[in-house]
Amino acid sequence: MCLSVPGRILDITEEDGFKMGKVDFSGVIKRICLQYVPDIQVGEYALVHVGFAIARVDEKEAAKTLQLLRELDEMQDEPDGESSS
Amino acid sequence: MGKKPDLSEVSCPIPIHNQSQVLLGHGSGGKLSADLIREVFLPAFKNPLLEKLNDSATLQLNDCKLAFTTDSFVVDPVFFPGGDIGSLAIHGTVNDLAVGGARPLYISAAFILEEGFSIEDLKRIVASMQRACEASGVALVTGDTKVVDKGKGDSIFITTSGIGVVENNHNISVDGARAGDKIILSGAIGNHGIAILSVREGIDFETELKSDSASLVAPIREILEVSANIHCLRDPTRGGLASTLNEIAQASKVGVELKETSVPVCDQVRGACELLGLDPLYVANEGKFVAVVAPQDTDNVLRRLRKNPLGGEAAVIGEVVVEHPEMVLMRSPIGGKRVVQMLAGEQLQRIC
Amino acid sequence: MKFVDEYRDEKLAQNIINKISRMLTRNWVIMEVCGGQTHAIVKYGLDQIFPKQMELVHGPGCPVCVTPLEMIDKALAIAEREEVIFCSFGDMMRVPGSRADLLQVKARGGDVRIVYSPMDALKLARENPDKKVVFFAVGFETTAPANAMAVWKAKEDGIQNFSMLVSHVLVPPAMTAILDSPGNRVQGFLAAGHVCTVMGTWEYEPIAVAYKVPIVPSGFEPLDILEGIMMLVRQLEAGKAEVENQYTRIVTREGNALAQEKISAVFEVCDRQWRGIGEIPQSGLRLKEEFKAFDAAMVFETRAIQTEEPSLCISGEILQGLKKPGDCPAFGVQCTPENPLGATMVSSEGTCAAFYQYGRHQNQELTGAK
Repeated sequence: MCLSVPGRILDITEEDGFKMGKVDFSGVIKRICLQYVPDIQVGEYALVHVGFAIARVDEKEAAKTLQLLRELDEMQDEPDGESSS
Repeated sequence: MGKKPDLSEVSCPIPIHNQSQVLLGHGSGGKLSADLIREVFLPAFKNPLLEKLNDSATLQLNDCKLAFTTDSFVVDPVFFPGGDIGSLAIHGTVNDLAVGGARPLYISAAFILEEGFSIEDLKRIVASMQRACEASGVALVTGDTKVVDKGKGDSIFITTSGIGVVENNHNISVDGARAGDKIILSGAIGNHGIAILSVREGIDFETELKSDSASLVAPIREILEVSANIHCLRDPTRGGLASTLNEIAQASKVGVELKETSVPVCDQVRGACELLGLDPLYVANEGKFVAVVAPQDTDNVLRRLRKNPLGGEAAVIGEVVVEHPEMVLMRSPIGGKRVVQMLAGEQLQRIC
Repeated sequence: MKFVDEYRDEKLAQNIINKISRMLTRNWVIMEVCGGQTHAIVKYGLDQIFPKQMELVHGPGCPVCVTPLEMIDKALAIAEREEVIFCSFGDMMRVPGSRADLLQVKARGGDVRIVYSPMDALKLARENPDKKVVFFAVGFETTAPANAMAVWKAKEDGIQNFSMLVSHVLVPPAMTAILDSPGNRVQGFLAAGHVCTVMGTWEYEPIAVAYKVPIVPSGFEPLDILEGIMMLVRQLEAGKAEVENQYTRIVTREGNALAQEKISAVFEVCDRQWRGIGEIPQSGLRLKEEFKAFDAAMVFETRAIQTEEPSLCISGEILQGLKKPGDCPAFGVQCTPENPLGATMVSSEGTCAAFYQYGRHQNQELTGAK
């Protein structure tokens, strides 16, 4: 049971003792519980599963992953032991 | 047990076969609906016109070719972004006539009202129906009203029937697709189903999405003017695009190949589907149609369709092939292919 | 969609496939243990474009598949009760128990509702004080924090008409059970990225060391899965056996500490039956003593139901990657998605169902037959 989707935090409020947020998924907006990501800021992206944000998306790492994949066809076979993460 | 079924399941997981009671899935436009038709209705009403299972029946009466159709509307909630049960009822029936190549003329409407339903709301719905009739060029000429006890009717149900005249010699039928034909979709899918979900109890999300409910009379008439080689026309309502294409593939005994990147889906529909674990291919539409067109006419038809406000995002999404008859395959964005099944019951949200 | 579309790029996918092909010097067997990854592989047709020397086996990663029949029968019995509003994720609605599924219970008058989140079920409990609201808590560790929060909040707020039927399962014990089974062929694992989002990757380190298998927690988009496989192949070719994180934009070694804290506050580890495999010790979660008032299995007494899988079904061996669906004499004959004999045919993420669905197409192309 793993379906989780990244969404952008639009606002952060407190409701009934919980940190809650309005999260934007390509124009569809849903209220999500942010209790598990207390440091997240408006404008950042969170990974959301069944109404809860369970992680912050690290945009730098995201860009790094894509850049590495783009460079794959330019790379020669690298020597053993090199890691991509 | 031991019987080899011809269809398997796509949403998770599989409905039990051999039902003794009606399930909501029997109304979803997918495989269970098809089962009900095949096992209950067809055997009782055997006749060649019904067996074609087109959206409307084409009747030859003396020198006149008529199209005749009926549809029921039970949508909940009754008022939704982009329409209401009334405009839906008119558009739905008018569209079923239009995809048969007919010019819709007359509509009947039968209302089943729940005791306690607001007359103000009824007036609103009826006014909406009249506007839809005017936009479609039809007149509502006969009707009926029944009232049921409170608790037995879910506010309002509407059944509409429609008659139209077929003034051309086009042979348009669900079994008319031929290998080499191209498949044109008139616009982005999923808007209606997601708009309805957004105002239903139990799922809580905001969106600016509106139902695409609209009369398709004009765009269909326009493309029929530029091509005599449109082999199938169908509107992908309940069950979505996937179910409609499967119906065409099965009736015509051909294969269908789609390209996922060619199927137009707007951002908000994609966002809602990703969030809820739904597939846009199975979400209902009320203002879109699929045209299966001979290859030599495809460009003309597409160009004409794109000129109509309802066809601005029209695209060629695939083609009809000889291989894998009765199966619909789709090429994914990264190159592999998967089978696009008929919807089995209702499409259920998943978290898996 | 940002952080989604970029990971579905065809050219980048081809880059990775080419790279994997250049690296491979021999055959390898890799297992993924997440229904979500199985789904993505089938959906994007990834297994059609993998190099053939690489065998990808689907493991017991589908919580729907592995929920024991007894648990489903318990759910049905509870859902049938007049005073109950039974809430579930959509995934579980069509899983057949011994006699029926949840959708049929609904047809017969049971108040069965699909919810998006366990908090929606809690909200229903608040709004319907005269009813008993029960939530079917099935899933891996990914869903545990949400379920834990719902129960915790119910206790905090003194909600007395809310309970949960818990059938949570844990991934690491399943992995070791597979590695321990005689005849195991799996040489490397793709680990479930969203499970690791919650739990971190550190739990897999002792497994990698003890069994000398590389483990790569990966995401769910096609490029994530392909990159994860590339990382596994690189390790396998180099004779390495480490935990290496592909899903770095989300997953950290420690995971989400707050989520883990809440899980430990509400749940405790227990032995669990896995349909098609049997009992795996310490592989499940159950509610702790102080939350027993919210345990639907205690709130509603249901008689123990003995059920047996048909003897033809080899789900267990398939879930462990020992056999393929095609090896099963019942596959596609007595056992189909419409008449499933066992767990792996029940769900479309189950291996047998995925093979049945896709395999039909492949057979057609080869033989021209239907």
